[in-house]
Amino acid sequence: MKDVRDWTPITKVENIPSREGRAVAVGDQEIAIFHLQDRYLTIGNKCPHRGGPLCDGIVSGTTVVCPLHGRRFDLETGMPVRASEPSCVATFPTRVEDGIIFVDLGGATKSQEEAAA
Amino acid sequence: MKEQLVVVGNGMAGVSCVEQILKQPHNFDITIFGDETHVNYNRILLSLVLAGEKSAEEIVINDIGWYQTNGIRARLGVKIASIDRDKKVVIDENGGVTEYDKLILATGSSAFIPPIPGVDKKNVHVFRTMDDTRALLEKAQPGLKVAVIGGGLLGLEAARGLQVRGCEVTVVRLMETLMERQLDATGGDYLKRKIESLGIRVMLPQQTAALFGNGRVDGLRFASGEELEADLVVIAAGIRPNAELGRNAGLDVRRGIVVNDYMETSDPHIYSVGECTEHRGQTFGLVAPLFEQGRVLASTITGNRGTAFTGASPAAKLKIMGVDICSAGSIDESAAGVETVRYEDPSLGVYKKLLLKDNQLLGMILVGDIEDEHTYMDWMRSGTDLTPHRRQILFPPREADLGLEVAAIPDSDTICGCNGVRKGDIVQAIHAHGIATLAGLKEHTRASTSCGTCTGLCEKLLRAVTPDFQEETRTTLCSCVPFSYEQLRDMIRGQKLKSVEEVLNIYGNRKGCEVCKPALSYLLDMVWCGDHEEDRSARFINDRVHANIQKDGTFSVVPRMRGGVTTPDELRRIADVADKYKVPMVKVTGSQRIDLLGIKKADLPKVWADLGMPSGQAYTKGVRMVKTCVGTEFCRFGVQDSTRAGIELERRLENLFTPHKFKMGVVGCPRNCAEATVKDLGLIGQDGSWQVVVGGAAGKSVRKADLLITVESTEQAMEASDLFFQYYRENANYLERSYDFVERLGIEKIRKETVYAPEADKQKLLDRLARSKALAKDAWLEGQTPVSPTQFVQIQPIQIQPREVQPA
Repeated sequence: MKDVRDWTPITKVENIPSREGRAVAVGDQEIAIFHLQDRYLTIGNKCPHRGGPLCDGIVSGTTVVCPLHGRRFDLETGMPVRASEPSCVATFPTRVEDGIIFVDLGGATKSQEEAAA
Repeated sequence: MKEQLVVVGNGMAGVSCVEQILKQPHNFDITIFGDETHVNYNRILLSLVLAGEKSAEEIVINDIGWYQTNGIRARLGVKIASIDRDKKVVIDENGGVTEYDKLILATGSSAFIPPIPGVDKKNVHVFRTMDDTRALLEKAQPGLKVAVIGGGLLGLEAARGLQVRGCEVTVVRLMETLMERQLDATGGDYLKRKIESLGIRVMLPQQTAALFGNGRVDGLRFASGEELEADLVVIAAGIRPNAELGRNAGLDVRRGIVVNDYMETSDPHIYSVGECTEHRGQTFGLVAPLFEQGRVLASTITGNRGTAFTGASPAAKLKIMGVDICSAGSIDESAAGVETVRYEDPSLGVYKKLLLKDNQLLGMILVGDIEDEHTYMDWMRSGTDLTPHRRQILFPPREADLGLEVAAIPDSDTICGCNGVRKGDIVQAIHAHGIATLAGLKEHTRASTSCGTCTGLCEKLLRAVTPDFQEETRTTLCSCVPFSYEQLRDMIRGQKLKSVEEVLNIYGNRKGCEVCKPALSYLLDMVWCGDHEEDRSARFINDRVHANIQKDGTFSVVPRMRGGVTTPDELRRIADVADKYKVPMVKVTGSQRIDLLGIKKADLPKVWADLGMPSGQAYTKGVRMVKTCVGTEFCRFGVQDSTRAGIELERRLENLFTPHKFKMGVVGCPRNCAEATVKDLGLIGQDGSWQVVVGGAAGKSVRKADLLITVESTEQAMEASDLFFQYYRENANYLERSYDFVERLGIEKIRKETVYAPEADKQKLLDRLARSKALAKDAWLEGQTPVSPTQFVQIQPIQIQPREVQPA
């Protein structure tokens, strides 16, 4: 984990409607940013199960449900909600400044490294 | 020789007393006179009839079959004019004479009309009977200005019913607060705020000096000089016992017909129950004590005199406009030595106040949360020393052992106030009938069939008592909003909820999930006929971008081709689109449509524009298509014009949502080339007629559709289709295909409530369908006017990346 964050400006807050997600391709990464009531959370866009676009899932509290086969992930931790599903998704530090969403693309959580391993 | 028992009054008190008598050995020949022409109905639920949530039939307690089965002569619409006590006869208005050995007066009460000038004007109503309700229903219409005088239970219920009908309702009240007999000022204020949040104006305190208007009422003039415009006035200023019959017969009558603890009047052959009685100086308005009176009288009159009526329990448990209210014991906090403990949460709308004296509970007021009512009642009755409970008195810990909580309730405690069902009755019924489900309990005891406040308690009782309690399948939509579809429809309608978020915030866990959000979206769309707040985040991705998501995250596009009929021009455009967007697969579907597979989300609006065809809705729980055969136009066997009828049917119903996908077929002869018999709805052409069939399936299961009706004209076939379609939309559970729906309800019931329904009911179904249809539009128009800037657009990061040069 880095000490200094490397914030990449992604998009204006109004581009992500409340309780929905949107995918953004940055470099070779595809992330999904979600707009919860008062904050924005970012995870890797591909479902580890069959690659479904998580950005298109229905948000339930702080979780998202993959539109293809219903796998559910916590947006804060990237962990699958059902323990029986082994894989998790990456989560990325996200902040908002002057109406712009910034994501630290290099700051993916440890769980992602596990997932990638 | 049987004894003649005559009951004057066919309302809840009188008939429930007769029901109790029938449970005991007796030797009566029973005649019931009712001045209303209706069988006994649940008067408490009239407001639901007014609000359109229940039909008049649905609130009937004893249908005509009950009277027949029990050998009771029902003389409905007959008013008894006098009693001749010497001859022991009652005389009706037409001079008819009926002898009695024993007479029960259960004449009830009537609306009290205050002596205000102008109350005799037209459009001034009371709200007390089925006929009153019908009269109000005839006048109620959106925008009508209504003033309700009186803010008691009945007045508020009338206000709500009329407001749901779209009227602009103002409640006017003489007193400072609402329900002042049950609530204190704060409690009244909570109720007032809730009522106002539903869109009803409340004016307190306001004394009505006169009703003005030329023949017809135009408004109210207050003592303050202010005026309120009103096209319709409902007076609900209280009730007064109908004691005249008793008074004229020379019985001991004060405000009501005086009865002793055994419900005997001053004449040894005459008894009385209900709102017409006066017992120890008290008259009655709520239903619970009346059932108790009925039970006592049943004992007395069948020769088991002994059980005594000791007056109304000091507890009133009510549900007003969706707010649970409980008031019990002494609520006078000014009495010497009385302490009060209070809890308020304005956002939750919860108010609790307990009155204590010497560490014992004297009384309580609960608004918005009455879960602990039984614990409190138990404390109050037993005079429990509350010293050890004081720290948690407002939220007593729930018993971990469910049986204990239930065991703490005495058998004589009323569980269901609306229907007067006591705990003992329920336990007895469970054992006697081997009841294992809530539905069974409802059927045998009627508990929890009215307002639903006691449903939770009934379930707890079942769980504790029944050896093999069965959770009702299909009871709740999902654990996020633990209510049945039926309840949710009522809540959405009754509380005027217009968005998924509102429903989840008020009745759910504030989150929702992928199961309940789309279901609630559907229910809102259906209840409000499309006039709801659409929340795309609550819809599955297919309904956010109006295309069907595929395994690789791309989408499939199916343009509408009504009846499966297309043109060379459309085919050329489809071919061009397939080339231009390098569509990986073009497929003819089983539904006589063309599917373009593998289209990127960002290309959808362009593809739709290039196609120049409307959405085929092949991605949603909605009207999919009408498949047709060639019919009379070309086929040498065709006897009906199936393509024309199919196109017309598709036009009528397209763009509407349904509980699950809805597929149709129209064939021009019984050879059935377009497989109409395995569609959700099919029209089968015959020589000179159409068969309308419903509930067919050729998917996961295969089912031959049931015949709904055979009609002569295409127009009639369309109407029958519309009726079934809207009926399915309104009554099926979300994700319930028509074939499951038809099996669950039975085709006979569906016929009765659609094609064989009274004209007025049919018209209502058709009107609601028309309202939905008027607001339904081609979803692909959003390609031009997206609901959010990034509905289809792929977001590009603001910063230009080193390796990818893309504009912001």
